[in-house]
Amino acid sequence: MEATGSPQIAAKIGIRNRLREFFSDVPILGWLAGAVAAVLLEQLIGLRLAWLLGLPKIPVLFGFTIILKKPVLMPSAMVYVLLIYALPLGIVARLCAAPANRLAGKLIDVSMPGAVLLHLLLLYAVLHIWASISDYRYLTLNLTLIFVIVTLSLNVINGYMGDFSCSHPGFIALGAYTSSVFSLGLFANDTMFGEALLPAVLGPFLFPIGLVLGGFVAALGALVVAIPSFRTRGDYLAIISLAFMFIVKSLFENLEFVGGPRGLAGQPNWANLPTVFIWTVVCIWVINNFVRSTIGKALNAVRDEETAANAMTVNTRRTKILAFMFAAFWAGVAGGLFAHVIRYVNPAMFGIQQLAEVLAMVYFGGLNSVYGSIVGALSLNLLSEMLRPLELFKWIVIPLLLILVMIFRPTGLIAFKEFNVKKVIQPKRKEV
Amino acid sequence: MAFLLQNLVNALQWGSFYALIALGYAMVYSILMLFNFAHGDIFMTGAYIGFGVATSLVALSSLGAVALPGWLILVLTILVSMFITSFVGITVERVGYRPLREAPRASAAITGLMIGIILETGNLALLGAQRVSFPSLIETVTYNAGGVYITNKKIMIVAISLMFMLALHLFIRKTRWGMAMRAMSFDYIVVPLMGVPLNRMASMTFALGSALAAVAGILFGMAYPVLDPYMGILFGWKAFVAAILGGRGSIMGACLAGFLLGFIEIFVAMIFPSTLRDFIAYSIVLLILVFRPHGFFGEPYSAKLRL
Repeated sequence: MEATGSPQIAAKIGIRNRLREFFSDVPILGWLAGAVAAVLLEQLIGLRLAWLLGLPKIPVLFGFTIILKKPVLMPSAMVYVLLIYALPLGIVARLCAAPANRLAGKLIDVSMPGAVLLHLLLLYAVLHIWASISDYRYLTLNLTLIFVIVTLSLNVINGYMGDFSCSHPGFIALGAYTSSVFSLGLFANDTMFGEALLPAVLGPFLFPIGLVLGGFVAALGALVVAIPSFRTRGDYLAIISLAFMFIVKSLFENLEFVGGPRGLAGQPNWANLPTVFIWTVVCIWVINNFVRSTIGKALNAVRDEETAANAMTVNTRRTKILAFMFAAFWAGVAGGLFAHVIRYVNPAMFGIQQLAEVLAMVYFGGLNSVYGSIVGALSLNLLSEMLRPLELFKWIVIPLLLILVMIFRPTGLIAFKEFNVKKVIQPKRKEV
Repeated sequence: MAFLLQNLVNALQWGSFYALIALGYAMVYSILMLFNFAHGDIFMTGAYIGFGVATSLVALSSLGAVALPGWLILVLTILVSMFITSFVGITVERVGYRPLREAPRASAAITGLMIGIILETGNLALLGAQRVSFPSLIETVTYNAGGVYITNKKIMIVAISLMFMLALHLFIRKTRWGMAMRAMSFDYIVVPLMGVPLNRMASMTFALGSALAAVAGILFGMAYPVLDPYMGILFGWKAFVAAILGGRGSIMGACLAGFLLGFIEIFVAMIFPSTLRDFIAYSIVLLILVFRPHGFFGEPYSAKLRL
């Protein structure tokens, strides 16, 4: 290491580098084991520790909310986060590194799907235990996962295909209403749709059908935007999609049988954490494969130069239709999940406000990247929950942050990066 | 017949708001090739600035220091708020658009949206959530022309907005700055090489657009004297639709399409239940764009989102 600058800076760089060095051969499996340990620890002694440190209750979102509400409690919240999350995570991850590396290597050799499944199971365990502390965490986590789906699907159009589509709230609304009508009409004794047609026991099993139906309706709706997109792009397409969004919102406001402006309420609570988690994972998997397939490459070709793509035998029309319908399908599924998590939908939810949020997530996270969408949705959702105590000023802080990101990284935090599952989970063994 | 004429008058008034706001979008587009998504909120800010100026002037004249007649207050309000709001526009350009000159256009769209949210929230934080009512500067006089009720305010709104449109037209056609604007919209890469200052032009365009938005805000406050911090969102997006419908960057087109959108909305509400207004109005817009994808006056060339 070169000791050029002041010794203090050198020491800082040294600590950072040493930390990085220290954890460099911890694979994802090791980190997951550490996370399991951390959330288990919180489950066991979280409440007592919080009480000891003088915190009113377990810090819900890593202490941010408490710090912003009562700055006096900042040291104890930080100690809590250190003791419960950082230390166990670091220690267990470090200790597990060697066996985790061996296990990960062996698993990948034996069967790749098995290895992925084990990772996902661990991840789910972490999320489940973490969310079981409070209902607030549970709801936040569910909504965040749903927004991962929405952001990813919008990234297919805006990032991979390079159009500026504003129609996503419309697609989400179509999916949300379709699946709500499905579950309310078939399985609930409802004032609007009458008696239940099927026993409620079947509901959770047929729920995926409702979601997929919602996705298909949204995909059909996408045709309205996709077909004009043959002849025009850019700003005009933005308007067409915007008009579509207004039309869908206005349509639901006028359809009396889905409640008009009052909306639909009382959806069964089938969208629990496992369901949402599985759908999110499936969505990430499918979209990741989609964008890395030939069709995904065709999308990039259409974005970069449509005429050239056409000359190179890319069927641009088919590509556009496919991309729009595919993205709309996932937006519809996300809408269905959203309706069953919130258990209430009304047309006002799917307006300009939501459009701004979703667009922000896509462009904050990064265009043309699955990583970016996941990071964007997670960070903006968690941020907007963490900053909740700021009340009104939250909506000054978050936009300012986004403006800064746009100025310094105009394509988003993690743009144009491929998401390779194998690279993520492979062991990080040092070459001996 | 009277009913039809009545709606025509209403549509003229309604369309003049859209047209004035759409002009701001079109001017910025013609220079910088991007849309200022904060423009709707600049309209809102303009309305609030107008509200502030008007109330203080009314208070001043009621104190007895200087007794100003209503029309003079109105004129002063319009001029002063145009001046102040143009600085809001210049600031927006400085903060949100100038650092992103080389960046993809979609990023600039996001900064615009975010600045809009900051303006809304800032207003909410400053003035609170309750709506404020615009002072009535001029007494309403209603004329009855063969069953058609026309108020003097409606006439004034339409007249003032037409006047400003004409002024803008003359500015663009007759002055050096206007010539520079036209040149810039012709080719925004080569023209700056010929010595036209791009940054100053951009500031001026934002100032002009914001000043027109302030006029729209004050006129809106005259017609519907209740202001709230979120009034700019819907108006802004609808005027954006009008600006595109007219053809990107076409000043004339934006004006006409603004009035057209007003007509469509009012007449749809006249024939159908008013809850269906957005549904039918935007279906019509969609149809127009399907058959004329480049708007009324736009060139049939589709620039794409550069990434």
